[in-house]
Amino acid sequence: MKIPSSILTLLVGIVLTLVSLWYGQNHGLLPIAASEEATLIDRLFNAMMTISTGLFLLVQGIIIIAAIRFRQRPGDDTDGPPVHGNVPLEILWTAIPAVIVLGISIYSFEVYGEIGGLNPMDHSVAHAPSHQQVAKMPGAALAKRAGTAFAATLTEAESATDTENRNQQLQEKVLEDPATAKFRKELPQLRDSSDVGVTSGRIGPTPDKQGQDPEFFVNVTGLQFAWLFSYPGTDVTAGELHLPLGREVKLNISANDVIHAFWVPEFRLKQDAVPGRQTELRFTPNRIGEYPLICAELCGAYHGVMKTTVIVQTPEDFQNWLAEQQEVASSEALDRAVAVNPAERSDAEFLAPYASEMGIDAETLHSLHHH
Amino acid sequence: MTQVELQEKANLPAHGEQPKVTHWREYFSFSTDHKVIGIQYLVTTFIFYLIGGVLATAVRTELATPESDFVAPDVYNSLFTVHATVMIFLWIVPAGTGGFGNYLVPLLIGARDMAFPRLNAIAFWIIPPAGLLLLSSFLVGAPGAGWTSYPPLSVVSGKPGEAIWILSVLILGTSSILAAINFLVTIWKMRTPGMGWNQMPLFCWAMLATSALALIATPVLAGALILLSFDLLVGTSFFNPTGGGDPIVYQHLFWFYSHPAVYIMILPFFGMISEILPVHARKPIFGYKAIAYSSLAISFLGLIVWAHHMFTSGTPAWLRMFFMITTMVIAVPTGIKVFSWLATIWGGKLRLNSAMLFAMGFISMFVIGGISGVMVAAVPFDIHVHDTYFVVAHLHYVLFGGSVFGIYAGFYHWFPKMTGRMLNETWGKVHFVLMLVGFNMAFLPMHKLGLEGMNRRIASYDPKFTTLNVICTVGAYILAVSTIPFIVNACWSWIAGPKAPDNPWQGLTLEWMTTSPPPPENFEKDPVLATGPYDYGMGDRRTQVEVPLDEPRNPVLAAGPDSVLRADPDPAVAAHPDDRQGESHNR
Repeated sequence: MKIPSSILTLLVGIVLTLVSLWYGQNHGLLPIAASEEATLIDRLFNAMMTISTGLFLLVQGIIIIAAIRFRQRPGDDTDGPPVHGNVPLEILWTAIPAVIVLGISIYSFEVYGEIGGLNPMDHSVAHAPSHQQVAKMPGAALAKRAGTAFAATLTEAESATDTENRNQQLQEKVLEDPATAKFRKELPQLRDSSDVGVTSGRIGPTPDKQGQDPEFFVNVTGLQFAWLFSYPGTDVTAGELHLPLGREVKLNISANDVIHAFWVPEFRLKQDAVPGRQTELRFTPNRIGEYPLICAELCGAYHGVMKTTVIVQTPEDFQNWLAEQQEVASSEALDRAVAVNPAERSDAEFLAPYASEMGIDAETLHSLHHH
Repeated sequence: MTQVELQEKANLPAHGEQPKVTHWREYFSFSTDHKVIGIQYLVTTFIFYLIGGVLATAVRTELATPESDFVAPDVYNSLFTVHATVMIFLWIVPAGTGGFGNYLVPLLIGARDMAFPRLNAIAFWIIPPAGLLLLSSFLVGAPGAGWTSYPPLSVVSGKPGEAIWILSVLILGTSSILAAINFLVTIWKMRTPGMGWNQMPLFCWAMLATSALALIATPVLAGALILLSFDLLVGTSFFNPTGGGDPIVYQHLFWFYSHPAVYIMILPFFGMISEILPVHARKPIFGYKAIAYSSLAISFLGLIVWAHHMFTSGTPAWLRMFFMITTMVIAVPTGIKVFSWLATIWGGKLRLNSAMLFAMGFISMFVIGGISGVMVAAVPFDIHVHDTYFVVAHLHYVLFGGSVFGIYAGFYHWFPKMTGRMLNETWGKVHFVLMLVGFNMAFLPMHKLGLEGMNRRIASYDPKFTTLNVICTVGAYILAVSTIPFIVNACWSWIAGPKAPDNPWQGLTLEWMTTSPPPPENFEKDPVLATGPYDYGMGDRRTQVEVPLDEPRNPVLAAGPDSVLRADPDPAVAAHPDDRQGESHNR
């Protein structure tokens, strides 16, 4: 029996749809999701993956079927049918992609809003904010919010101006160090720059937290080739990012020398750290574990080794860690950060562990940096 | 009489006597013949392609193991920086526009040369020195800030190579602007009488769109690079936050050119595929106007999508949304083209020779790159994959799976016309299969690598990514090896291949209406359009009115009722060659 082609097309369409739906949900291409935002982004990706699979199979299927079914048979030198076009068909296949991309756009827009990308950015476009504006920035807000469980642990005496300048102070310390002297000479931004504190590009609070201050802040500084994290209101500066589970955190990200990018694949979040600007990320980690934190923007020869770990722990473990760190910090000031802070080491010293891993010795490194 | 016979018969007087064989020395001279210049472009850029390929192979060799052990990390940065710069500025852009554009545009529109032949030659001759200059940077410390050369990194790295990079890209940009002006004027003013806009082959539409884009966008890149060179050499602070500069401004300027550059790299090949498919499918192109106008739409939209490269770099939210939507909208004209191509091959009589295989490979691979392109346009998802191997995979599917497959399709299709010799089909197919396998092995796993968390531009990576990287590296080697059959085939066939007839593929466009290779001024007389460029399969009596050749020809009558020529003939232009003698001296 000959199956009518319309039924065949219908069957193929059904199979195509089912395969796409299944693969869109079961592609297994993404790492685990460890933040509330990540789940939303994964859902968007799955939706796009479903559509993409369908489209991919359709196009490749047509090409392969055409190559087999319509290939020129030996001895047949005639031409194909002179079909020039078909207006309804062309309208249809203009309309379908238009509707699809419109749909994806709206969905993306919504997800972007849900993760906090769309909330009004009062000071985002302001260049060189006034002093009052600066006072409204992260640290100031923190000082006002001593009521929350976490903030209560912070020294309330910390004045607004102190915390807000935390990043800058830290960077100044780094800049004073001999290891970064050459950058200080070549790129002394943050010292005299009028633009310090310009905030731009941020993932802000999720809609349900609109208008609220984040539960706590971490100042993140990228420098060749390490990340520094300082916890405002404490003296703690660390080379690993510790975060309490389920608490909304806001990262104030800045860069010391060149552009870096803060990326935690498990959080699905990325934000460039731009010298002369402050960028922000606000999110809630929701899964205990250790995740890689990677610099995603080319930042120099050792860009590949510029990574560290984000440790999401229970609020109790986090408090313990913070207390421990504070103890050390109070006695040794910034020394604690040395383990990961390249500021107090020469390039060669800092890179020694990586260098041995990479099979190059200190001399090679030395010559690399001085030719 | 088939359309092909009709077209050939109408153009018999347009043939030259005997082709004047171009002496080999001609190819090393300051020739103003567009065909010589086209071949100069193609051969020169192909050599740069091989150099870029060697660099890419070195990059993949480094990435075969998680440790940074093959080259020093800063050398690695130079390798991928120069690889990208060579491939973009010295291979795909000049091969597509300069090479095929120069060779084909005057032939396709029935002109004797480009509008400004000397300018054309200058545009070519500044490319080899610029390329050598770029490569010479390896002697003094090659640039290592990526092909994007973002400040402050490019400024603080202190490598002399950065300055060399800027100068070399500036020179290449100049060449591109000169070529663009030439194409615009040529296509606008020098079409053979009787060829209205809608009788023009689609490659010319694509070149029109490309040239407009190059003309508008390239000067912005030049501006960005000049400011960057001031920052680098004079100590100004256009992009330096210390002095009130802003590194993000550079990114805006850079991508204002470099995103359109992606379309400068792909539009000519969209055009070429639209030429190749109908010939080998023996069917008219499906939706001529849709394809032609979608090129213009892509060209326009291409100018307003640049900030999608900067979703994570500190752009305001509204800006991200605007650029997300414009970027997504580009999928519509692109989709129109892809579906039209599919409809063109559907139901045809496909001759699966090397040119056709590469053209179909082009569609197939480009679609993968296009789909991932829509994905990365979605801001929330792009935030995750920006600057990862997902993007590396995406861009290679577009530029290698698209542009390079397109270049090869063009090589196999027009080689008989260019050299007067046929290529060996068997070796062409070996080339195609090796390339398809190697390409997909090298780049498909990169999607997963990026999604899982491997960032790009790194010499050492997390050992958990080793397996996929080894697959990529093996794929890259296969890809490198796949070039060998092509080089051997092309060299051997050029010297000793079987002689090519004037019209080996029975094409209808005008380049096939002259000898292979064409004589110096292409056509003895202005060629006559007896059919539309894609009127295949309309050779029977039902659809055609034959007009004796000695009568004044009206293309509308000569062509069948379905011919494109009927679509919109230009009544102001006489179709008979004798009526046009007065016009030809105006050229």
